[in-house]
Amino acid sequence: MFGLEGYSSAIFTGLQQTLLVGLLAMLLACTIGVFGALAKTSSNKLLRVVASFYTATIRGIPELILLLLIFYGVPTLVQDVFAGFDVEVIIDLNPFVAGVVTLGFIYGAFSVEVFRGAFGQVPAGQIEAAKAMGMRPWVVFYRILFPQALRYSIPGLSNVWMLLIKATALISVIQLDEVMRMTKIAANATQKPFTAYLFAALLFLGITLVSMMLQKYLENKYTRGYR
Amino acid sequence: MSWHVIWDNAAWLLEGFWVTIQLTASAVSIGLFIALILSLLTLSTHRFYRWPAEAITFFFRGTPLLVQLFLVYHGSGQFRHELDAIGLWSYFREAYFCAVFVLALNTAAYSSEIFTGAIRSVDKNQIEAGRAVGMTSFILYRRIILPQALRIAWTGYSNEIIFIMQATSLVSIITVLDLTGVAGRIISKTFAIYEVYIAIALLYLVITYTMVFIFSRIEKRLNRHKA
Amino acid sequence: MKKIISVLCILSALCFSVNTLAGDKIKLGTEGAYAPFNSIDAKGKLVGFDIEIGEALCAAMEAECEWVTSDWDGIIPALLAKKFDAIIASMSITEERKQKIAFTQKYYTSPVKFARMKGSSFEITPDKLKGKYIAVQSSTVTENFVRATFPKAKIKAYKSQEEANLDFLAGRVDVIAADSFVLYDFLDSKQGKQAEAVGPDFDDVKYLGEGIGIGVRKGNSELVNKLNAAIKKIREDGTYQKINNKYFKFDVYGS
Repeated sequence: MFGLEGYSSAIFTGLQQTLLVGLLAMLLACTIGVFGALAKTSSNKLLRVVASFYTATIRGIPELILLLLIFYGVPTLVQDVFAGFDVEVIIDLNPFVAGVVTLGFIYGAFSVEVFRGAFGQVPAGQIEAAKAMGMRPWVVFYRILFPQALRYSIPGLSNVWMLLIKATALISVIQLDEVMRMTKIAANATQKPFTAYLFAALLFLGITLVSMMLQKYLENKYTRGYR
Repeated sequence: MSWHVIWDNAAWLLEGFWVTIQLTASAVSIGLFIALILSLLTLSTHRFYRWPAEAITFFFRGTPLLVQLFLVYHGSGQFRHELDAIGLWSYFREAYFCAVFVLALNTAAYSSEIFTGAIRSVDKNQIEAGRAVGMTSFILYRRIILPQALRIAWTGYSNEIIFIMQATSLVSIITVLDLTGVAGRIISKTFAIYEVYIAIALLYLVITYTMVFIFSRIEKRLNRHKA
Repeated sequence: MKKIISVLCILSALCFSVNTLAGDKIKLGTEGAYAPFNSIDAKGKLVGFDIEIGEALCAAMEAECEWVTSDWDGIIPALLAKKFDAIIASMSITEERKQKIAFTQKYYTSPVKFARMKGSSFEITPDKLKGKYIAVQSSTVTENFVRATFPKAKIKAYKSQEEANLDFLAGRVDVIAADSFVLYDFLDSKQGKQAEAVGPDFDDVKYLGEGIGIGVRKGNSELVNKLNAAIKKIREDGTYQKINNKYFKFDVYGS
C-alpha cells in the first residue's frame, strides 16, 4: 500500500503511540497550567517567583535540547551527584515516559499563560460575591472560577495542543516508536524517503484538521449560552 | 563531572553559535519576504491567488518542522535526476541550503498568518479616506496599511522570530553543525552529556532573552506616539 | 562501602527502577540501523547477526535478555546511564572507548572498504580524494580512520549508516566508507546495485582496533567474564558457525 512495501502499517502503529504520548502530555500540560496559573496569581511571593522562573526558563530553551537533557542528561547527572556520596542510584526513564514528561513540562509553561489569561477574564465581582456568600477558596475555584475559565481557555489550549502534537515528532530522536521513527525506518528500508515523509506529513495534516474541527465544535458548544 | 570540556571546546561551540545565528538571520529575512507575498495573496479577493497561498500556509503550519526538513533533505534525493535536469540539484545537495529553505518557508507560513490578521485589523475608514484623497494601492499600503499593521503584528512576529531561532536546533539532525550539532559531536567524543547540554541550554537562554530585550525596545519605539 | 539504594516509584508514571541484581534480566543495547548486523524489519522487529549472536550468548549464559535500541551517538552514554547492561552493536574495541567502558573479547572482525557509484571514476588515495565528499557514520572507527588517512577530503559524518547510504545514493557525497560487511550488504540490496566497491581492504589496527566486541560498564567484570565464556562456548558448539553461515559466505570471526 502507498508504495511503501508494507511499512505503511508500521507507520499506522506509530500513529497510536503519537496520539497516546500527545494526549498524556496534554493532560500533564493542562494540570501544570492550572497550578502554574494559580501560583502566578497567588499572593505568595515564593510561588510567584517559582512559577515565573519555570515559564521563563522553559520558553527560553529549544524543545530538542530539553528532551535530550531530560532523557540522556538527567539520569547521568543524578548518578554522578549520588556517586559523590558513594550511593548508587539508577534512573531508568523509558522513551515514552521521558517524552510525556518533557512535552508536558514544555507545553505546561505555555498553558500557564493560557489559564492565567482565562482566570483574568472571569469577572472579579463574581469571585467577591462567592466569597461574600461564605464559599471557601477551593469551592470558589471549582464552582466559579474554573468552569468559566475553561471556556475562555479553549482557543489558547487548542493552540497548545496543535504545537504539542507536532512536537511529538521530536521524540523519534530518543527512539520511541511513534510516527516519525516508523517513517524513518520505512524511508531507509524502502529508499523512498519522499514518499515516506509525505505520508507522515499527510497523517499530521489529518490530525491538524480533526483538531481544528474539534476546536470549532467545542467553542460552539461552550459559548452557546452567551450569544 | 567534567565542566572543563566546555572550556576545552569553547572555540568549536562558538562556531556552532555563529551557524545558529546565521541560520536564524537568513531564515527570518527570506521568510519575511515570502510571508509578505503570502499575506497579499491570501488577502486577494481572487480565489486563484488565494487558494495556493492558503494551501502552503496550511501545509507548513499543519505538519512538524522535522517532517518538513526530512521531506526536503532526504526526499529531494528521490528526485535527484529531475532536480539535476533543471539545475537545482547543486542547491538541494547542500544540507545547509535545505535547512534555510525549510526554515524560511516554515516561518513564512506562521508570519503570514500574523501579517494577514494585522492588515485585516487596520481601520477600514482610514483606507477609504486614503482612497478618497486619491492614493494608489501601492501608496495606500506603504503609507497607511503597512506601518499600522507592523505595529499590530510586532508582538506576534517577534515571538515567531524567537520560535524559529529555537527551531534551528533541529537542523543538527540533517548534519548541519549548528550549536546543537556541535554539542552532539562534543558529547560523542567526551561523553560529558549533561555538562554540554546544560551549557548550550544556557547559551540558548541567553540568545532568547537578548532577543526579547531588543524586541521590547523596538516595540516601545513603534508605540512611542501613544505615550 | 558502596551502598545500593533502590528508589521506588515516586509518581505512578515516573518510575525509578530498582537496581538490577545478579540473576535478573540482562538488558542488551543495540542501534537497529546497521544491516546486516542489526536493523529493524517491516514488523518493527530487531533482526541481524548481532541480534542472533546476542540471543545465542544469552542462551549460553542461561540468562533472560531484553533488547533496547539507542541512537549510535547516544549508545555509550546510555550504557553509562544504565539504560542497558551491554552493547551488542558491532562496536569496535578501541583505545579511545576503553577509557570509558570495558569490552569483552572480539566476536568478529571487519576491515573498512569504500564504494563509489558505477560509472564514476573516484580512486581511493589521499590525493585523488582531495576535496571530494566521503560519507561515514559519525563516532565510528571508520570516521577516525578516514579523517586521519584522507585529511584533504571533505568528510560528512552521519548519525546512522542508513542515512549515510541514503545520501550516497542521492549523490550528496562522492564515495562512502564503511565496515566491509555492511558495505557489501548494502551493495547487494536493490538500490545498492547502482554502486560498486573500490579500493583495498583497510585493516589498520591503529584506527580500527582489535575487532568488534561487546561493550560493558567498567566495574561490571562479572558480566564481561560471563560474556567471554559464552562467546567461547558458542564458538565451540557450532552455534556461532550456524549464525555466521546464515549471513555470510565466509567466517567473519577472523584469525
